[in-house]
Amino acid sequence: MLREPELYDYSPMADRPKITWPDGARVAFWVAPNIEYYELDPPLNPGRRAWPKPHPDVVPYSHRDYGNRAGFHRMMEAMAKYGVRGSVSLNVALCQHHPEIIQVCNELDWEFFSHGVYNTRYTYTMSEAQERAMMEDVIATIKDATGQDVAGWLAPALSYTTNTMELLAEYGIKYTCDLFHDDQPQPVNTKSGRLISVPYSLEMNDTVVLSMMGKSSRHYTDILKANFDQLYEEGAENGQVMCIPLHPFLIGQPHRIGNFAEVLDYITGHDKVWVTTGREIAEHYYEHHYDNVVASLAAKRGSRA
Amino acid sequence: MTLSDDYLKYPKRGHGMDHDRYIWSQLHERPKVVWPNGARVALWVVTQLQWFPMDMKPAIPVPAAMARPYPDYWNYTLRDYGNRIGVFRIFKVLDKLGIRSSVAINAALAERYPYLVEQVNARDWELIANGLDMGHPHHGGMDRDEEAALIKGVLDRLRDLSGQKIRGWLSPIRSESMNTPDLAAAEGIEYLCDWANDDMPYAFETTSGSIHNMPHTMELDDQQILISLRHTEQEYVDQLKDQFDCLYEEAASRGGRVMAINLNPWVTGQAYRIKALEDALAYISSHDGVWSATGGEILDAFTAQT
Repeated sequence: MLREPELYDYSPMADRPKITWPDGARVAFWVAPNIEYYELDPPLNPGRRAWPKPHPDVVPYSHRDYGNRAGFHRMMEAMAKYGVRGSVSLNVALCQHHPEIIQVCNELDWEFFSHGVYNTRYTYTMSEAQERAMMEDVIATIKDATGQDVAGWLAPALSYTTNTMELLAEYGIKYTCDLFHDDQPQPVNTKSGRLISVPYSLEMNDTVVLSMMGKSSRHYTDILKANFDQLYEEGAENGQVMCIPLHPFLIGQPHRIGNFAEVLDYITGHDKVWVTTGREIAEHYYEHHYDNVVASLAAKRGSRA
Repeated sequence: MTLSDDYLKYPKRGHGMDHDRYIWSQLHERPKVVWPNGARVALWVVTQLQWFPMDMKPAIPVPAAMARPYPDYWNYTLRDYGNRIGVFRIFKVLDKLGIRSSVAINAALAERYPYLVEQVNARDWELIANGLDMGHPHHGGMDRDEEAALIKGVLDRLRDLSGQKIRGWLSPIRSESMNTPDLAAAEGIEYLCDWANDDMPYAFETTSGSIHNMPHTMELDDQQILISLRHTEQEYVDQLKDQFDCLYEEAASRGGRVMAINLNPWVTGQAYRIKALEDALAYISSHDGVWSATGGEILDAFTAQT
């Protein structure tokens, strides 16, 4: 077992190169709806049971299904109203189950990145060959269904093997959302290819705040605004990233959507905000900052050795 | 199973404590303590810098430990966020308000991220030993020699790395064995931060002589309030202010008090929480009779008059 991920160097925010965004923006803001399909009766993974109760576990299954039947459209309309394109964290089996949703996202010029095949098929204990087969399935399915080359990755249900990052780099994935150590993109140390992490936040994630921490919808609004305010202030010195990861089954509930729309109104009402997607953040970072940051990290590693 | 009749015998049933670590003493009856410049409250901020190893298998449950199947990037990287990003938000607020901090650090973290030790030394702040890492809590089942070696190793490493004397000891998750105070005192520790039973320093007996326990806060720990109890940021601010108001008032008639604030950068150093901390600290600092000091400085002022 590794004592640490061995995926990134220590880089204190107080001592690192400056990052800039297009048009002098202070914060790159992106919204990542997780559009998911949970199976009612998935095969068992030794790392994790899908549902707490014996089959069929009706309530949690149907609560999540609400997202695709009712919540998605509500969330999509709120985002469209404020000109926010989604970067969809996609369980790609949705392309087969609910192509109607894929079509709407495509028409809105949203990005699709990978969230595995189903949210009930975990990466834990996969052999390298199995994980490769899953990745190849995902890349091909998104290409077929949307025409997009997948740039981003969020492991299904945040489940990993220690091969995951290396394989992503090998398959040409540009960015991972699976590291929560930073408010800026960071190079990921892989043997082949180039990979970066783009901040996708658990602290701003509706599942974490609303379900796991049990916060109210209005408190979630306060948290999102306060987080934005702080990053907007810090972004005057060094560009920051703020992501709001969403789940339509939570944020698309009638009692929550209005509060969320208020947040989008607030954030997009600021001047120095780059409302963008995960792919565009990664592309900008590779083009303008990656080499410089890697050189700076290498110099520090050298000075410590 | 039936109980032996010994269960109804109470050999330690007498005045005072059921152990010899400290004497029984009520806070309101003690002589008044006077802080430098007649301050009413000594403000003791303790910032905790900790490492949660991805392969941690602690012998007893550790809050905020790895909780998902290996490799748990979720929990590992969220804790690491504190040491990369959050800590600098906290330091910026403290610098702005002219507040000093004791910094409790895991020896393994000091070794991994010596930059953080430099930041503490540059501010002339104090380091407190916080054990090896969060995967190594001390506990009653530990072998004494093994624990002695662990404590000596931690203190040797921290003293080497920082050049500081290292006078204070905070056990990871404040968990001790019956030997921890003796072993820490034998290695030159002058104060413990683990016992949560007072608002003031008090004498604590060990096999290496009398040391002190400092009133490090458990009730106002940010992780306790915001994560375990899930209070809101505003409720956290309210609790810090209420605590201060009570102590400040009490100090007018009962002598100087200590207000400890315990900060975990992965909690309070989040972008959406840092203004809450600043709000509470600015309120406290706005009062005349507040003395911001490290644990060692507070202890020195205390022992000079007892």
